[in-house]
Amino acid sequence: MKDLQYLVLRKDDLSSFITHLSRDQKVVAPVAKGHGTYSFEEVTSAKDIALKYIPTILPPKKFFMPQKETLVEYDLKSGLEVNAVLETEKITIFGVHTCDLAGIQCLNMVFSERPKDYNYLFRKRQITIIGLECNDYCDEHASCNIVNSNMPNGGYDLFFTDIGDCFVVHVNTHAGEEMVETSKLFKNPERSHFDAFMALREKKKQIFKNEVPIEPRDIPELFDRSFDSEVWKDLETKCLSCGNCTNVCPTCYCFDIIDDINLDMSSGKKYRKWDSCQLEPFAKVAGGENFRKSRAARQRHRYYRKFEYPVAKYSRFFCTGCGRCSRTCMAGIKLKDTLNALIKERMNKLWIKWL
Amino acid sequence: MDKMVIKESRYISKKAKILRATKMTEHEMMFEISLEGGVTLDHEPGQFVMASIFGVGEVPVSVCSSPTSKNTFDLCVRVVGKVTHAMHKLEAGDYIGIRGPYGKGFPIRIFEGNDLLIVAGGLGIAPLRSLINYVLDNRRDFGKVHILLGCKSPKDMLFLNELDSWNKRMDVHYECTVDKAEPDWAGNVGVITTLIPGVDLEPERTFAVVVGPPVMYKFVIKELLEKNIPERQILVSFERHMKCGMGKCGRCQIQNVYCCQDGPVFNYEQIKHMSEAF
Repeated sequence: MKDLQYLVLRKDDLSSFITHLSRDQKVVAPVAKGHGTYSFEEVTSAKDIALKYIPTILPPKKFFMPQKETLVEYDLKSGLEVNAVLETEKITIFGVHTCDLAGIQCLNMVFSERPKDYNYLFRKRQITIIGLECNDYCDEHASCNIVNSNMPNGGYDLFFTDIGDCFVVHVNTHAGEEMVETSKLFKNPERSHFDAFMALREKKKQIFKNEVPIEPRDIPELFDRSFDSEVWKDLETKCLSCGNCTNVCPTCYCFDIIDDINLDMSSGKKYRKWDSCQLEPFAKVAGGENFRKSRAARQRHRYYRKFEYPVAKYSRFFCTGCGRCSRTCMAGIKLKDTLNALIKERMNKLWIKWL
Repeated sequence: MDKMVIKESRYISKKAKILRATKMTEHEMMFEISLEGGVTLDHEPGQFVMASIFGVGEVPVSVCSSPTSKNTFDLCVRVVGKVTHAMHKLEAGDYIGIRGPYGKGFPIRIFEGNDLLIVAGGLGIAPLRSLINYVLDNRRDFGKVHILLGCKSPKDMLFLNELDSWNKRMDVHYECTVDKAEPDWAGNVGVITTLIPGVDLEPERTFAVVVGPPVMYKFVIKELLEKNIPERQILVSFERHMKCGMGKCGRCQIQNVYCCQDGPVFNYEQIKHMSEAF
């Protein structure tokens, strides 16, 4: 550990830090919205920030890939002029948990893969990220250990760890260093800070355990053998095809592109908006053929896009263990239950083979 | 929120002029199109473009002309939805937007020196016309060329003049069949699979290219395998809905492949285990 990269901020100074940052950019942070829900919203002081929060209703992907985003503006009158546009602003996101940091890393991989998506990449450059460590599980829906996302694995400019009366802060990038230096609020850590920090990390190893009985490395093989599983048929009977699970997922990025002409019937725009593979027409072609007609096939597709397809393509899971899909599902479909059911079915098959 | 114009976006359509709009059947129209400034589309047979009707929307359409006709390209469009309805109202002189070409086309360089068995069902003849005309324009680079065409009925047949010329050529073996005949029809009647057993081919040096409606693939491929054509020498082109064409929007995903980037042309070996493919 390079000590130089670690600093300390007193909790009493957090408000000054947030006010300092909000002077020349929009600062967003988790804010309590009642009924145990939280949302990343603009803040100007620390008193609005919920330092202890369960994953927000929508993940921070809404800043990287807005729900609705203009891509192209055109005007038919002036001999068809077409311009690509980018809507962006300078944002600092404060208080991003490690699961959501992982989600942003996944989106970065997707949109920087050729052909690159410049709207996403330009916007990403305008965003600075301040992470916040989870000292404990947020609730029973989280499954961050199985996907290795409860410890920081990069993807932030600064990373805050709450050790009681102050934060130990990891300075990860030059942008992070600038924030720290211009604020003049950060101090060098003392021995006791490090001791508390190390004790916390040690304690986390006791708290966070694999949430389902399988080793992460065995998950792709489990999915390899589960394409025709009965578990998907069970989900068919529950799923309402509402698309909530994909909307709240930090790594779901499917979109639709809509052409929207103004009332002058001349100027207009093309915008993209979030779409969902859970909706019935998603894989339907013009002739009427639907390649994922059943809800079972659509739910299966969602799980395979988290645990199998991205492992082959990007060498990582696209599930961050945040638990949002389980928390939001109106029909009570729970990610951990699905994984448990797949594991149980597989074990039963293995037993039958041995007997 | 700041808004700025960016040059790097891949969503800008090129302005394209319709030179000719021809009604081909009750449901299909053909458009001859040139990009502004005489720019060549520079496509491979089997690739597709995103065609945009401003104010309505954007759809993927396979290019149905050979890249050997350099300055213009053709799109054959069946009227099925909102955008294609709007397209059918277009006339010569109108402008549309074109992005692309996208996707992996037919592996024409691998075909060289080999025999080709081209099997087209219905509108599948559109992307295959690009391949067929390319092959005919470079005829000496290829071995035997068989073209089998199946249609619902004689009135659904596209590119009639060209079908006639293929039929007359000595260097092409051409046959067609209709599912349902009309009184003045003198040709074959029956589904397309009935034409395959009669083709005299050497399986080891034959590449089969199949494009048609989803239901056709299973039956045609079965016949081709019975002819002993190796799995990797059977090529198909899939139809999926697409919004971006760049492997992002997720619409065209078939299990772990993206039809728009990894396809739309696949060989049978690649996709035979994918239940979502057919």
